[in-house]
Amino acid sequence: MKLLKVFTRGLWNEIPPFRLVLGLCPTLAVTRSAEDGLGMGLAVIFVLACSNMLVSSLRNLIPRQVRIACFVVIIASFVVVVELLSQAFFYPIYQSLGIFIPLIVVNCIILGRAEAFASRNGIIASGLDGLGMGLGFTLSLTVLGSIREILGQGTFFGAEVMWSSFRPFSFMVEAPGAFVTLGILLAIMNAISKSHQS
Amino acid sequence: MKEVTQMIVVLTLICTVCGVALSGLLEVTAERIENQVLINVQGPGVKIVLEGSENDLIADRKKIKINGEEVLLFVGKKDGKPWAIAYETLGNGFGGSLTVMVGYDTDQKTLTGIQVVSHKETPGIGSRVTEDQFSQGFRGLSIKIEDPSPKGIRGEVDAVAGATYSSGGVYEAIAKSLQIYPEVIKQSLAP
Repeated sequence: MKLLKVFTRGLWNEIPPFRLVLGLCPTLAVTRSAEDGLGMGLAVIFVLACSNMLVSSLRNLIPRQVRIACFVVIIASFVVVVELLSQAFFYPIYQSLGIFIPLIVVNCIILGRAEAFASRNGIIASGLDGLGMGLGFTLSLTVLGSIREILGQGTFFGAEVMWSSFRPFSFMVEAPGAFVTLGILLAIMNAISKSHQS
Repeated sequence: MKEVTQMIVVLTLICTVCGVALSGLLEVTAERIENQVLINVQGPGVKIVLEGSENDLIADRKKIKINGEEVLLFVGKKDGKPWAIAYETLGNGFGGSLTVMVGYDTDQKTLTGIQVVSHKETPGIGSRVTEDQFSQGFRGLSIKIEDPSPKGIRGEVDAVAGATYSSGGVYEAIAKSLQIYPEVIKQSLAP
């Protein structure tokens, strides 16, 4: 029961970009389309779950003073793994995400989960925490990307979805569109959880 | 003292293990990545400049050495006989290097066309050198052009208005390409 809670926490109560407001750099930058958002999310799930499990299994071995350095080395290694694999097997996605794959290293969610959760909990719980947080992150990025893609290009995962006379708001695929969409989504989520509480 | 040693040992161990694992992965994926880059980056350009070829252009590529530099040579074949070759050269654009794939019809001694393979030009301005309207102009240009310098090529094909530097980079790359053409031909005929 407790493990289930660890897993689902990342999906709503602590969903990374909206609740923890962490990892905003990729959230804003790579959500031009639903596909880019999903690709980025999957890369983050992999890195987050793997680094969480490895950090957790080494937690009694790593001295406190050098823990951050150790975490960063572990996270960076998994990011390079993702970078190489995406180049070898999903080259078009690698091309469209570009610099943001290596930048997963400095994504606050990953170091944050390693420090706040994985270094204090067991391997299974840490893995589930990573999966949950990663899924939450992927979900957020895909939703954000879908909204921006539908309004900004009139497509969803590359397929036409709007009526033929629809004029895309190119504003939505530019940087300001990301801020506006994120702000509106944050407001909606806050309103929903407020009404839940009362 | 014991603490310090533990710190050093643990960090060294983690770094070593990660380093070894990653270099192993790099070795395993290197060939696949090289192929993917060829298919996704050079592939589309090669297909356009060697249009009409019947062979697998990427599988039939060759590596040759020109003036000590490695050049990747693509050979187009029709009815089993080579009819055209293509290779890329660099030029300096407005935002950095431009890579241009130039195709040659080896029988007619003309250019089959050019494609800008990669660039860092301003979107919407300099990036127009990648569009057909500009690159179409080079199709059919003779290899024995009177003045094979960037300036001479500019005289044959009009630059993109408002993108002088970017167009200049393309001319520069084509001039370089023409310069090494005799040497490339010599080596491509050798087995």
